[in-house]
Amino acid sequence: MFELLGIPPQALFGQLLLGLINGSFYAMLSLGLAIIFGLLNIINFTHGAQYMLGAFVAYLLLQYLGVGYWGALLLAPIIVGAFGIVLERLMISKLYHLDHLYGLLLTFGLALILQGLLRNEFGISGLPYNIPSQLSGGQNLGFMFLPNYRGWVVVASVIVCFGTWFMIEKTRLGAYLRAGTENPTLVGAFGINVPRMITLTYGFGVALAAFAGVLAAPIYSVNPNMGAELIIVVFAVVVIGGMGSILGAILTGFGLGIVEGLTRVFYPEGSSVVIFVIMAIVLLVKPAGLFGRTA
Amino acid sequence: MKKTGLIVGGLAASLMATSALAQDIDVKIGVLNDRSGLYADLSGEGSVIAARMAVEDFDAASKGINVEIVSADHQNKPDVASNIARQWIDDEDVNVILDVPTSSAALAVHEVLRDSNALMLNSGAATSDLTGEACSPNTVHWTYDTWALANGTGSAMVQQGGESWFFLTADYAFGHSLERDTAAVVEANGGEVVGTVRHPFPGQDFSSFLLQAQSSGAQVIGLANAGGDTVNTIKQAAEFGITQAGQSLAGLLIFLTDVHALGLEAAQGLVLTESFYWDLDDETRAWSERFMEAKGDMPTMVQAGVYSAVLHYLKAVEETGSTDAEPVMAAMKSTPTSDPLFGEGEIRADGRKIHDLYLFEVKSPDESEGAWDYYDVLATIPADSAFRPMEEGNCPLVE
Amino acid sequence: MAGETRVAKAITPKSLSYAQGMPRHHLALFAAFLTIAVLAPFFLYPVFVMKVLCFALFACAFNLLLGFGGLLSFGHAAYFGSASYIAAHSAKVWGLTPELSILAGTVVAAFLGLIFGYLSIRRQGIYFAMVTLAFAQMVYFFALQAEFTGGEDGIQAVPRGELFGFISLEADRAIYWLVLAIVFFGILFLYRIVHSPFGQVLKAIRENEPRAVSLGYQVNRYKLATFVISATFAGLAGGTKALVFQLASLTDVHWAMSGEVVLMTLLGGMGTIFGPIVGATVIITMQNYLATFGAWVTIIQGVIFVIGVLAFREGIIGVLSRKIKKPL
Repeated sequence: MFELLGIPPQALFGQLLLGLINGSFYAMLSLGLAIIFGLLNIINFTHGAQYMLGAFVAYLLLQYLGVGYWGALLLAPIIVGAFGIVLERLMISKLYHLDHLYGLLLTFGLALILQGLLRNEFGISGLPYNIPSQLSGGQNLGFMFLPNYRGWVVVASVIVCFGTWFMIEKTRLGAYLRAGTENPTLVGAFGINVPRMITLTYGFGVALAAFAGVLAAPIYSVNPNMGAELIIVVFAVVVIGGMGSILGAILTGFGLGIVEGLTRVFYPEGSSVVIFVIMAIVLLVKPAGLFGRTA
Repeated sequence: MKKTGLIVGGLAASLMATSALAQDIDVKIGVLNDRSGLYADLSGEGSVIAARMAVEDFDAASKGINVEIVSADHQNKPDVASNIARQWIDDEDVNVILDVPTSSAALAVHEVLRDSNALMLNSGAATSDLTGEACSPNTVHWTYDTWALANGTGSAMVQQGGESWFFLTADYAFGHSLERDTAAVVEANGGEVVGTVRHPFPGQDFSSFLLQAQSSGAQVIGLANAGGDTVNTIKQAAEFGITQAGQSLAGLLIFLTDVHALGLEAAQGLVLTESFYWDLDDETRAWSERFMEAKGDMPTMVQAGVYSAVLHYLKAVEETGSTDAEPVMAAMKSTPTSDPLFGEGEIRADGRKIHDLYLFEVKSPDESEGAWDYYDVLATIPADSAFRPMEEGNCPLVE
Repeated sequence: MAGETRVAKAITPKSLSYAQGMPRHHLALFAAFLTIAVLAPFFLYPVFVMKVLCFALFACAFNLLLGFGGLLSFGHAAYFGSASYIAAHSAKVWGLTPELSILAGTVVAAFLGLIFGYLSIRRQGIYFAMVTLAFAQMVYFFALQAEFTGGEDGIQAVPRGELFGFISLEADRAIYWLVLAIVFFGILFLYRIVHSPFGQVLKAIRENEPRAVSLGYQVNRYKLATFVISATFAGLAGGTKALVFQLASLTDVHWAMSGEVVLMTLLGGMGTIFGPIVGATVIITMQNYLATFGAWVTIIQGVIFVIGVLAFREGIIGVLSRKIKKPL
């Protein structure tokens, strides 16, 4: 039988597809991080916790208000995004004139608080959240059985990521945003409320994380630590892509998902470290990341 | 200074005990477990509640035994666990440490207590090393261990026709030992292991590993992982149609709280071994209802084990009139155990507490009659064959 | 004076020249530290005090890099943890005496620091933090996979052994004096470095790197030397800790440990001499006495981070230093 590196090609296709699915989450999360870093210069360590909040809000909406998956997909990002806006106004906005380090430490602290509070309230075992009935079941692709829901994750992620990219790079609103980060005084002089724009941008970045959280809820268990380990990996993804580069974050997210997927086949133990190895190499060779502008 | 004071006090107390009048003994019980992490639900505050119930049921106060219960969070880390254990016995005169889930943390406490004047009655940890070559005169392993679970689930699955196995193993020492123990049982029963994949710990997405398990064509996928990893693996196996396609899953370390978290939809049909279930008989139901009132959840076998261990410990304290490690341990080992939760049993010379184990199958949502109605009993594994025979453990305490 | 606004800047060459020796209030504080540390084991649980001491040294080593070198490493657990493993392994498996075990751990940490430092000092700011994190994750991975580290069980039951082959350290109160000596002289050494010509150049680089370059300093050499010294003393702390607890485990190399040392330094006051000692004391004490409250420890640590960043960026000692208008 024809084999590639000891793995039947069907199995390899399957693994590539799974890598792409995981990459969808990396892409969405790193996109939010990149936007926040690009426009606010804040390294948002709370991102993982906000992703987790998205999943929890979806769970709570279902438990207490009977709002199902589709409603949650819309509402949870808005709720968590609004929460992000409050955080930005109350705390993060106080740090813009300081070194990156402080933003990182503040949001790190916020992440600890959020995770701790939810852990006290809901424990750690994880809460069940079912796949919506419209997306249960799956397709037999010949080389693997693809659950419909995972297919949906890839589709949703691609739409959201490239939609966001288009908005920022190709529309007038995006142009204001980019200009506002380059020269806030000048943009302000044109009559645009720059602080509000920045606040809304943070809210949007957080909402992206929450959206990813809702997408993740049915396939990973909803638990307070679901974002804690992930955030470190997503950081690496953003750095590899080039801090602040929108397209870089998206492409690297999908790409590294696939690389990690392949590692799971050839050297499964190493799949948790491969991204960091890549990050070290990229930073040593190309300091500004794969898609970053050289500083 | 404090230590000698304690010993003198203990001697005085044991002298007084002979008079059979109301003794006055201070006992300090430390419940050391996970209160914030992966195993907080299956041990955590529930184990403290169970210990308190045991003290009440034993009616310690009227027997002149003043029991104080302290608790701490070891965060599943061996360094934190050994640190707290050290401080408890050196500085706070704790006499006995209970629960200690997570094998690495349990082994750390086990080493700290060796040669000390305190005991560990371990209910939460799985590693059978506690009563193997590294056994200690100060440790009793109470509720279950890897060997017993591997033996119960492994042999049952092979006998039901699941002869070829693929292991999905958490890549850490505990996962490796669970895999090794189970593979040995599978092979001893005539089955074979066709492959194994090791996933990073803790993991989030197991689909890639499940796919590898699927393409191996094995009849049984053995899950040599624990906690959230197991929950996620089972969930994703259902999602990818692994079980529907005819492969069965064998959970090698699954607790009631895991099944609760999974929901019956995903967990149904799973075969697992435990030493306690709340719905076994009238006595377990009555006790569990009381526990439920205090905790809000049904007890796990780990929490039940803490209750049983505290009860037996206090009996030994009453009998010897002492809290010193050696006489109390001798009394615990020489007296058969008996309580409403685990029935009759005994503590062997190697520190292994033995009792019946049960092979359970998780009910389907239709079969379940309400909250926490999760298990059907498939078989009872009698105490004498449920645990590793003493001579195979190579424990130096066994002559 | 600059000292009134920014703590680290406060140490002006004039007030604290290396030639003048130690200013009187520093001498007094070192004496106070030593007195408290000598008396502490008679009142407090010795192992707890030793833990505080080890982390104080770790935080001081970290502070050299962050507070005086201006470089935020997010991977210092790598040096602390690898030294801890090497020391534990040397003592347990090779049967080396405690001082040699600790030395072995320290040397390995220094060596790792040299390699990782060489590769990462070329990057700045957040990129520097990320490269150090990446290397630390690789060390963590190695610790998880390698045979001798014992996976998540760690290396347990490490013998404390006999100092120089004949002074038994098994008793807590015996090993205490060794730990105190190591930590005290370690911190004193770091203090000397900060107040040496080398330290002055370091501060010049931190404040204005281009100017330091134009003055003819080989900036990268200074940074690398600082990195290696910092890693070495982090290793010294880690190796000592392994013998105190008779255990080396994955906690020591995990990234959360790297975060914890940042927290200690920040809380105490980065760029101050005594800040990291205070920060380590507060954090370790809190972890110790709040252990019963489970997730609350995490929450309180988070709150400290938030309040620290928003209101107390100078840290405890930094604020004190500003109040009394003297660098501490």
